[in-house]
Amino acid sequence: MREEILELIEKNSRIDLKELAVMIGKTEVEVINEIAQMEKEGVICGYHTLINWEKTTKERVNALIEVRVTPQRGQGFDAIAQRIYNYPEVNAVYLISGGYDLLVSINGQTLKEVSTFVSEKLSTLEYVLSTATHFVLKKYKDHGTIYAEKKPDMREVITP
Amino acid sequence: MKNPLSDKITGIKPSGIRKFFDLVSEMKDVISLGVGEPDFDTPWHIRDEGIYSLEKGKTFYTSNSGLKELKQEISNYIKRNQNIEYNPNGEILVTVGGSEAIDLAFRAMINDGDEVLIPQPSYVSYEPCAILANAKPVIINLKPENDFRLTPEEILENVTDKTKILVLPYPNNPTGAILEKDDLEKIAKVVTEKDLYVLSDEIYSELTYSGKHVSISSIPGMKERTILINGFSKAYAMTGWRLGYACGPENILKQMTKIHQYAIMCAPTTSQYAAIEALKNGDADVLTMKQSYNQRRRFLINAFREMGLECFEPFGAFYVFPCIKEFGLTSEEFATKFLTEEKVATVPGTAFGESGEGFLRISYAYSIDTLKIAMERLKNFTEKLRNH
Repeated sequence: MREEILELIEKNSRIDLKELAVMIGKTEVEVINEIAQMEKEGVICGYHTLINWEKTTKERVNALIEVRVTPQRGQGFDAIAQRIYNYPEVNAVYLISGGYDLLVSINGQTLKEVSTFVSEKLSTLEYVLSTATHFVLKKYKDHGTIYAEKKPDMREVITP
Repeated sequence: MKNPLSDKITGIKPSGIRKFFDLVSEMKDVISLGVGEPDFDTPWHIRDEGIYSLEKGKTFYTSNSGLKELKQEISNYIKRNQNIEYNPNGEILVTVGGSEAIDLAFRAMINDGDEVLIPQPSYVSYEPCAILANAKPVIINLKPENDFRLTPEEILENVTDKTKILVLPYPNNPTGAILEKDDLEKIAKVVTEKDLYVLSDEIYSELTYSGKHVSISSIPGMKERTILINGFSKAYAMTGWRLGYACGPENILKQMTKIHQYAIMCAPTTSQYAAIEALKNGDADVLTMKQSYNQRRRFLINAFREMGLECFEPFGAFYVFPCIKEFGLTSEEFATKFLTEEKVATVPGTAFGESGEGFLRISYAYSIDTLKIAMERLKNFTEKLRNH
């Protein structure tokens, strides 16, 4: 039941719970309880909305920054990651395998704002060795959703 | 000038669906619930494999009965899903959709005047193809009180000493009915007693929602008298690729292959390569699609219940077959009125046989959002009719 609820709710966090219950063959009460339990356990961490800011008038820039750090004795990468993610501009921090250590995603209003953040706040952190900033130019697909125009139903209207 | 046409062909009724199709095509902004194919795209890895085979220049004929690797994968697939062994050398034929396999089976097996038992409501092709092969179709009218399952009594009522083949179309289009192991065992008993052959159209075998599909071919004594037909259209959303297969006794498959060889040469090569990928790596995709269909199925049955529309719960394919007899209209009248007044297209049950009178076929090969709107309109429509 859990996986089925999660798969449906992940694609549509506003799904009507009564409808969800019908679709998976359970009662509404069972579904509500299971969701409450998952929220408590931290399985469900939030209900966000996916927005294509390109289509609004608000200026917005997203950058992905590769950060190389010196892990701290006794704490590994956690302490540095925390110092980074505390900033509200930072919307994601991942520990990565490969040529660098942390991948940080930052949102800002302009390129300048983001670069300033990187040069003044991020690069200057203790234990940060170097950063490499990549600006996102175009989003094709995000969180499983393709941003392109919705494809029309191309099937013949009636088939046997 | 001489009459250019074959009497046999002109004698066959045109498809009941065609008229409706023409009507719907003329209208704008119609929600059509009349489609008999999945709303999913063929999973990307399968499409990619097909594209890749074209890039590599695999554009030549394959051997008549199909690519060796494909026949082997089909054999493996049936073994792991149905626990039946079919030898890829001689017992499997790759065809242009399940449709071609049905046609070939009739043409290979029928002698003039042989009778073919066809349960209805069922897919539109069995009766015409049987006629084309010079058989006499004998229709068995399935009953809603049996959940549209074929019973051994119904076979016995209609069998004669001329009966050669029984068509077994389960999971069923348009009713969504399935047959379970007990049902099949009882049917198998009668089939063996009366020395019949079975044409088992299992194209919806992956889409069953109450336990795994059982093929009649797995019942002891049936393999030697069954032509098992399946394909890639519904399970893997590959309708346009035109690929299916037939499995059965070597002597019958040999003759089917002979016709196929002269009329078709071989099934599309690109589709065959894509199909190998589907069988090897497509199980997870099938499960995902099946789960979606199941959710929609439950949604529709619940919606019918809420609006007081009579409908037996189907456990196969992607159709529901609600009963509209209470409204005093024929299926065609209801469907036409519903279409013109609420702009929702459904298919009258009569398109699938006379026993479909009083019923409507609604497909759930659509997103929940589309189904929600359609159900709202159906609710409005039925309330209007009741308050009349």
